[in-house]
Amino acid sequence: MTSRGPLATAILLGGALAVAVPGARAASTGGADQAPRMARIPAGSYLPLYARGPADGTGAGNPPRSRVAVEAFHMDVFPVTNAEYLEFVRAHPEWRRSRVKAVFADGGYLRHWEGDLHPGSRAPDASPVVFVSWFAARAYLAAHGKRLPSVDEWEYAAAASETSRDASRDPAFLERLRYWYGQPTPERLPSVFASPRNIYGVAGLHGLVWEWTLDFNSALVTGESRGDSALERALFCGSGATGAADFENYASFMRYAFRSSLEARFTIASLGFRGVRRDQAGSS
Amino acid sequence: MEPNAIAGTKLVTAVLLATVALSGCTGSAATPDAVQGREDAILTDAPHVPPRITRTHPTRVVVRLEVQEVVKRLADGVTYTFWTFGGSVPGKFIRVREGDEIEFNLSNHPSSKMPHNIDLHAVTGPGGGAAASFTAPGHTSVFSFKALNAGLYVYHCATAPVGMHIANGMYGLILVEPRRGMPRVDREYYVMQGEFYTVGKHGDPGLQPFSMEKAIEEKPDYVVFNGAVGALTGDNAIAASVGETVRLFVGNGGPNLVSSFHVIGEIFDRVNVEGGDFANSNVQTTLVPAGGSAITEFKVDVPGTFILVDHSIFRAFNKGSLGMLRVDGLENASIYSGKQSDQVYLPEGGAIQTIAGEAPKPPAPAANRGERIERGQRTYTAICAACHQPNGSGMAGAFPPLVAADFLNADRQRAIRAVVDGLAGEIVVNGTPFNSVMPALGLSDEEVANVLTYVYSQWGNAGYDITPEEVRRVRAGSGR
Repeated sequence: MTSRGPLATAILLGGALAVAVPGARAASTGGADQAPRMARIPAGSYLPLYARGPADGTGAGNPPRSRVAVEAFHMDVFPVTNAEYLEFVRAHPEWRRSRVKAVFADGGYLRHWEGDLHPGSRAPDASPVVFVSWFAARAYLAAHGKRLPSVDEWEYAAAASETSRDASRDPAFLERLRYWYGQPTPERLPSVFASPRNIYGVAGLHGLVWEWTLDFNSALVTGESRGDSALERALFCGSGATGAADFENYASFMRYAFRSSLEARFTIASLGFRGVRRDQAGSS
Repeated sequence: MEPNAIAGTKLVTAVLLATVALSGCTGSAATPDAVQGREDAILTDAPHVPPRITRTHPTRVVVRLEVQEVVKRLADGVTYTFWTFGGSVPGKFIRVREGDEIEFNLSNHPSSKMPHNIDLHAVTGPGGGAAASFTAPGHTSVFSFKALNAGLYVYHCATAPVGMHIANGMYGLILVEPRRGMPRVDREYYVMQGEFYTVGKHGDPGLQPFSMEKAIEEKPDYVVFNGAVGALTGDNAIAASVGETVRLFVGNGGPNLVSSFHVIGEIFDRVNVEGGDFANSNVQTTLVPAGGSAITEFKVDVPGTFILVDHSIFRAFNKGSLGMLRVDGLENASIYSGKQSDQVYLPEGGAIQTIAGEAPKPPAPAANRGERIERGQRTYTAICAACHQPNGSGMAGAFPPLVAADFLNADRQRAIRAVVDGLAGEIVVNGTPFNSVMPALGLSDEEVANVLTYVYSQWGNAGYDITPEEVRRVRAGSGR
């Protein structure tokens, strides 16, 4: 696995996909076969929700709110689909629904599938796979030479709209996000290929499913001045506002709240994942 | 007393009780304050309230509440994605007894997009249970607490962003009945106010998304009782019969507004202010804080429809905070008569009403005859022409003509008196008798002078120039 180069993996993955979801891709994306399966996200920085201090760093003893630097990386254009996940459980029987260890996934694992190797009507091929635990997502991505994005990587990539690399202060963009977060999860999730792509070419970061991150449960305990702050101190009621950098970024609040509610073995109807890989070209 | 001191005392008491309870298990009879048995809580949707508690001992109460995100009606033609405790707004009413131990099971429906939790104001403990009940979609959290303090408490979701979770409908009431019980009443109802912030204006149709901007500005388009416009009116009205006592458990979920709760046509005999022990009597309107409550009680003495409002009254009539209590039974005229008569009301004075406000400045007197005639014509057109006609012809058998009118031209002072005082009785104008009434018109000296000068200048009349000074002298003589 480690000897295989990223290019070879990408080609292999592309081949598997062509078999698994030929119709869906041709129909929804019109040329997705030629499109790269991963998009390069250039290096940059973003302002996390729980940054402290004034924006301009003025005021005695107040450090400037720290933007977090993010190195360049490659991110899956689409979240992992049911068809892709089916191939994975075919090759790795220990991750089939009937065999998965309870310590790695709760009782809801793949519950919307009809059987171990039959996703069925509630899990269309091209829809994102959900009801998967953090352990399962990690295992899938390891098998493909990838890993889960960190919260910083995910937030940085997801701050982009269709037209801007940083739409995190764009009221129209945020309004769209809040609207989606406010709606219940549909019984059948839409195709990943139908989602709009952001400026990096990544599709469906918003409006499709929540996505696992590598360090989902450490986002609220980020060291520096907040020290060993407890979960509830950062999240609930009045304290939810004390540490926030932007009181009006409700969409961001909701993502942090969602991640904080998770445990690694949890499986949820609206929670899927996608992979990332570090940029081989380094900083270029 | 300091709250901490109270809590501390109660905690010690609780520990003591627990010890007693333990020893009670091995002994014979349990003490009255020992927790005995276990039961499932009966939960109800508004406006209904679970039955009163008849137990005389605390027990272990199991509460199972499910969070659901549902699209429902907010107003006619308007829907909203409510986040709910139990499927509707407000959340299920929970009723326990002081000293009960509550095992709380909070489930979050698998289709929920958001994690949720519950902060019950009846809980003594950090976050009111918020951290302990933080639940991802498709999961259930369990935590327990002891109901140390009696009262009517709000519960709500406290997941970030808290305001949005509450604004979407995540609130309800939990009643902790005092150890001594509550006085028996005939009817109990559950009424909870809350406001909704929609992207569209009040009445804009369709599925309305939450407006963060309006919520932050605290400018809701909907202020409602029990989760929707009309949830307590028409067929959904609450009911009672004459002679019955009614208890309303009133809550306010907010998230922002304080309610001035009032029932039109009733006086609350008793209000447990802010849902606590303090009881006030004979209350017209009681404040219900956001995140607070009140228990109001009253006897209904006469039949009719009694309107529940937030007496911040534009909310009631323009934003939806309106409910109805229908009372049937026999009229009691000694308490309320209804309308006993309807008579025409005829106030004294002229037809022109004065409306308070900035008084218009009196115009400068007319500077010359031309200006006098011009202004007089305006007065004539506005007042006189209705009877005497625009061309001064009058109306046969009713209104005398002003065209070449001998009655006018023979005596200018008599003409002035007629305009100042009015004129009644038979007169003869140009050989034709008239027997009618001309009212006093309430005109100023200047106006009388102008209008008469105009009339005298028209239709072959004598062309006299009447001055305000002459009118003043005539008026002084007439005493009017």
